[in-house]
Order: sequence, then C-alpha cells, then structure tokens
Amino acid sequence: MVQLLLGWFDLQLIFTILTDGLIYGSYLFIVAVGMTVIFGVQRVLNVTHGSFYAFGAYLAAYLGGIWYEHELPDFGGFVIIFLAAIVVGVFFGILIERGLLKHLYGKDEHIVVLATFAAFLALEGIGLFIWGTDPYFFYQPQMMLGFVEILGMTYDYYNLSLIVLALIISLSIWYFLSRTIWGRLLQAVIFDREVSQAMGVNVTAVFLGTFILGTTLGALSGAAIAPTISVLPGIGVEVVVLAFAVVVIGGMGSIPGALIGSVLVGVVRAAAIHEFPQAEMFVIYAIMAIVLVFRPEGLFAPPAVRKI
Amino acid sequence: MSADKTIIGVTIAVVLLACANFFIADWIRQIGLLSMAIGSVALGLLVLWRTGLISFGHALFYGFSAYGVALLNYLGVRDAFVLVIVSAAASGLLAWGLGFLVRRYRAIFFALLTMAFSMILYGVLAKTERFGSTDGLNVHPPTFLGYAPVDQAAQITLFLFGLLVIYGLILGVQIYLRSVLGQMTTAVRENEIRVEYLGYSVEHVIHIKYVISGLLAGFGGAIMALAVGQVDPESMAYWTASGEFVFVAILAGTGNVAAPFIGAVAFEVIRHFAWEHGANLWQLIMGGTLLAIIMFVPDGIWSVLQRLVGKKDGVK
Repeated sequence: MVQLLLGWFDLQLIFTILTDGLIYGSYLFIVAVGMTVIFGVQRVLNVTHGSFYAFGAYLAAYLGGIWYEHELPDFGGFVIIFLAAIVVGVFFGILIERGLLKHLYGKDEHIVVLATFAAFLALEGIGLFIWGTDPYFFYQPQMMLGFVEILGMTYDYYNLSLIVLALIISLSIWYFLSRTIWGRLLQAVIFDREVSQAMGVNVTAVFLGTFILGTTLGALSGAAIAPTISVLPGIGVEVVVLAFAVVVIGGMGSIPGALIGSVLVGVVRAAAIHEFPQAEMFVIYAIMAIVLVFRPEGLFAPPAVRKI
Repeated sequence: MSADKTIIGVTIAVVLLACANFFIADWIRQIGLLSMAIGSVALGLLVLWRTGLISFGHALFYGFSAYGVALLNYLGVRDAFVLVIVSAAASGLLAWGLGFLVRRYRAIFFALLTMAFSMILYGVLAKTERFGSTDGLNVHPPTFLGYAPVDQAAQITLFLFGLLVIYGLILGVQIYLRSVLGQMTTAVRENEIRVEYLGYSVEHVIHIKYVISGLLAGFGGAIMALAVGQVDPESMAYWTASGEFVFVAILAGTGNVAAPFIGAVAFEVIRHFAWEHGANLWQLIMGGTLLAIIMFVPDGIWSVLQRLVGKKDGVK
C-alpha cells in the first residue's frame, strides 16, 4: 500500500515544483508587496507600480553596465541594486504622490486608478525616450553567486536569494508595523484617518512616507529581478496585472495575505508548468477570479470594522 | 419624444459618411473602420459607466468575438453578416454567462473581476497552438451576401457595412436607454436600495447592461478582425487593450451615444500621427491626454462640444 502511494507521488517532481514555486512566489511577493502597502494605507490601486519596477530594473542595469565595464569589484552589483531602488523610489514617490495623487484623494476610486494608468503610460513613453529600445543586460551578480545542484536539478544561488530577500522584506515590514511607533501611527491612520488627524498625526506626511516606501519596494523588485532577465521595453506592463492578482488573492492591503497568496500562486503555477503547460499563463488569473467570486475580500483580509 | 435629435443627427452623419466613403483616401477610410470598431466597444463601456461601473476587461468580449471571426473563417464561413452577427452573439452569450457572477460586484471589485476574466482569455489564446499562440490567426477578406469585392472595392464595401452595423448599434442603445429599463441606469447609480424598494431588481438591471455591453464589444471585435485581416492575443485580449477602451470612453464622455465614436476617431487620428513619429511618443501622448482629461475635462470631448454649441447640461 505504502509502495503504491509512493509510486503515485514522484518525490523529485514535488520537490522541483515546490522549489520553483517558492522562487516564483518570492518574485511575486517582492513585486506585489509595494502595491499592497500603498493600497492598504491610501486605498489607491496604483498602476504606476509597473513603471517603478521598470525604472528600477533599467537604472540598475544601466549603472551595472557602467560599473562592470570599468572592471570594478563584483560585489558592487549588489550595492547598485539597492542604490537604484532608493533613487528611483524616492524620486518617483515624491513626484507621483505630490504631483498627482495629492489632487485625487477623496475622488472616485475609478478615477484614481485611471489617473495612475495615465501616468503609467506617460512613464512608459518617457522610459523609452531615456533608455531606448535595445535590451540591457545585468547578469554579473547572478554569475558571481554561481550555481548549486539539489537532487539532480541545477539552481542558481541568485534566484534562491530572492526567497531570502522576500523573507527579509516581510519580516522588516512586520517589525516596522507592530514594533515601532511609526508603524503604530500608520496603523492608526489605516484604521481611521480622520480620528488620527484629530489626534495630531500628520496624515499628509504619513501618506507621502508610505508612498515612498511602496515606490521603493516596487523599484527594488525591478532592480532585484534585473540580473535574471533582459531588461526590455514593456517589462512593467505584465508586472501591473501580476501585482493586481497577488493583491486581490491575498486580500487588498494585507501583507501576510500577499505573502501566502504569492507562495500559493507560485506553487500552483510551477505545478502547471510541469504538468499542464498550456495553463501556465492564465492559472494566476483563474485563481484571482475564483478568489473574487468566493471570497471577494481576499483569502487573508482582516475583517472589516464597521464604523458608526 | 417624437423627434429625437440624437437619432436625426446620427442618421444625417451616417448618410454623409456613406457618401464621403467613395471619395476619401484609403488611409482615412481605414482610420474610419478602426474607429467604428473601437467606438462600438467604448459604447459598450458607456452603457455600463452610466451606472457607475467601469470594466477593465472588455478586451474579453472584443477578443472573443475577433477570434470567433477568425475561427468561423476556418470553418469556411466568409459572409460578413454571418461572421459579425454570430461572433458578436457568442460574445453576448459569454457576457450572459459571466453576468451571473459579475452582477454581484461593484466599484473596484467589478473592474478587477472583469480584468481577471479577460486575462484568462489572453492566457488561453497565447498558449493554444490551434489559435496561433502569440502570432494569432489570419482573417480572409469577407464576402457580402454573395458579393466578393477585391482591393479598394473591398474596403469601400466593408466601410459601408461597418456604418450599417454601428448605425444599428447606436439606434439600439438609444432606444434601450430611453426605455424604462434604460432609465433605471441613473437610478441604480444614485441609490440601489431605493430601486429595490420600487420593485426592480438591481442585479437584473446590471446583468442586462453587462450583456448589452458585451454584445457591443463583440461587434467591435468582429469589425476590427475584418478591418485588419488578422487577430492576435496581444492587441486583442491583453489588459492594455481594455485600458485603451476605457481611455476612449473617458476621452469621449458619457453625454451621448454618438460620443464614443467621436472619441474613437480622435483616438485613432492621434494614434496614426503619433506612430509616424515613433512608438514612444504615442504612449506619452496617450498618457498625457488621459491625465489632462481626468484633471480638466472630466466629462470628455462631448461636454466640450456641448459648450461650444452653447448648450447647458441637462439633468446632472
């Protein structure tokens, strides 16, 4: 009986699916967490997130290209990833929040989404002006870390390090939200904006700060993925819908939800790739639709508080 | 209500366009055809938007119907009337089925659920070899009730055919919006509970809207497939296509059933000239225009036209 069961389960396949799923899930989480943070606080479904991703990837690849051209030390690539993320995040965070969203708070949520969509299109065009249409390559950090063989499958350490990065990001956000005074102020603003304003919280500053945090996370996701892809025009387009899907599946605005949702989607997608490749591209959206139909508030959304 | 100004105006415009069709340059006629297709989808969005619902996934019906035309081609069907009506009806049927799920949702959930459905279609189309994967399928030049024109005559006939279709669509939507069911539109947007107390089912009203909207998007997709002679998942079913439709709807405004077509013409003309100066310019212009419209002209081109003519808004 046990033999029969073991025959059914191909352990190596399961291991491969789990590892691939975990890597892809980490990628999804890193991409989507910034969008979830911004939605949680500002209730803005931010399409420009795709632009932050693209600009992060482009800036990292561009700087990395210059760095390695001058044969500077290899580890510099990792510094560049974080540097690019912070530069892009702070610049676009301030630009979009102060220049655009500030004028739209309190308006119909469709209008806000459409405005960010408009800004996304404009930024796509500007990106093409700055970086052109030729691909950029930034593979050195991936090469530097090398490869490892686990149970007959070759993985590169760089992709595996994305899992670590995802863990670090989620732990830091958890620590920030529940253990620091700023995090608690943020939670107060999320819970009730008006009351916290009345209590003396500078909501404008909290909004700007959150937005810069979300933007930086978006740019970091692009910069961190850049070594594993060729950086091309249009890379931000797919990210927008992927992030939408993860945000919806996990529960709009819930960070633990985004984490579990990403891993779930990652594993299901990996299983689809190995067992049923035709479904690879739509399995994420199928899960998204199913979640919306049966649990529209998301799998792990905190219960909504009824305000009187 | 004996003389409906909109219907009179649209009739005159359609007759004029039908005459002009024989004299205009080919590229202008092509822009006209594309505008008819995009305008039909935007008209579908208008029907929904008047209740306060925005779909981010209308490429679902547009792409479904366009692929319907291509696949009917493979079965040997060539007649434009059959192709367009069957494909659009299939889209309407799809909308009817999905409507049972979608009608329960409002606001951003409605938008996201419709988007998810359209991305599922994209994933299926892009990964199925029979549907040409990411390359898509070719569409043969259609025949019109046995008449099989070639070259320029084919385009001229298709233009007339397109005009006939959109004339029918505009009349149909105008009559619907004037009916009791159509009048519920604003009522549902303003206060759903009150509508329920009046004895109407809000979900039923929205379901019918969704079917009409899907049907209109289906007509748009079918016209597009015939006008371009090709269907592919990237431009027919991806979320960016849905975004463009919403863009046209916002550009046009919801003031009148003719507005989506005026918006679509503006959209296609800008696109035509922007592409001549490079693809990067196009996205920049589109983004900039959309931002400007949202910020400064929230009621779209139609409201500007109204102000130019000197008419004030009727019921707000």
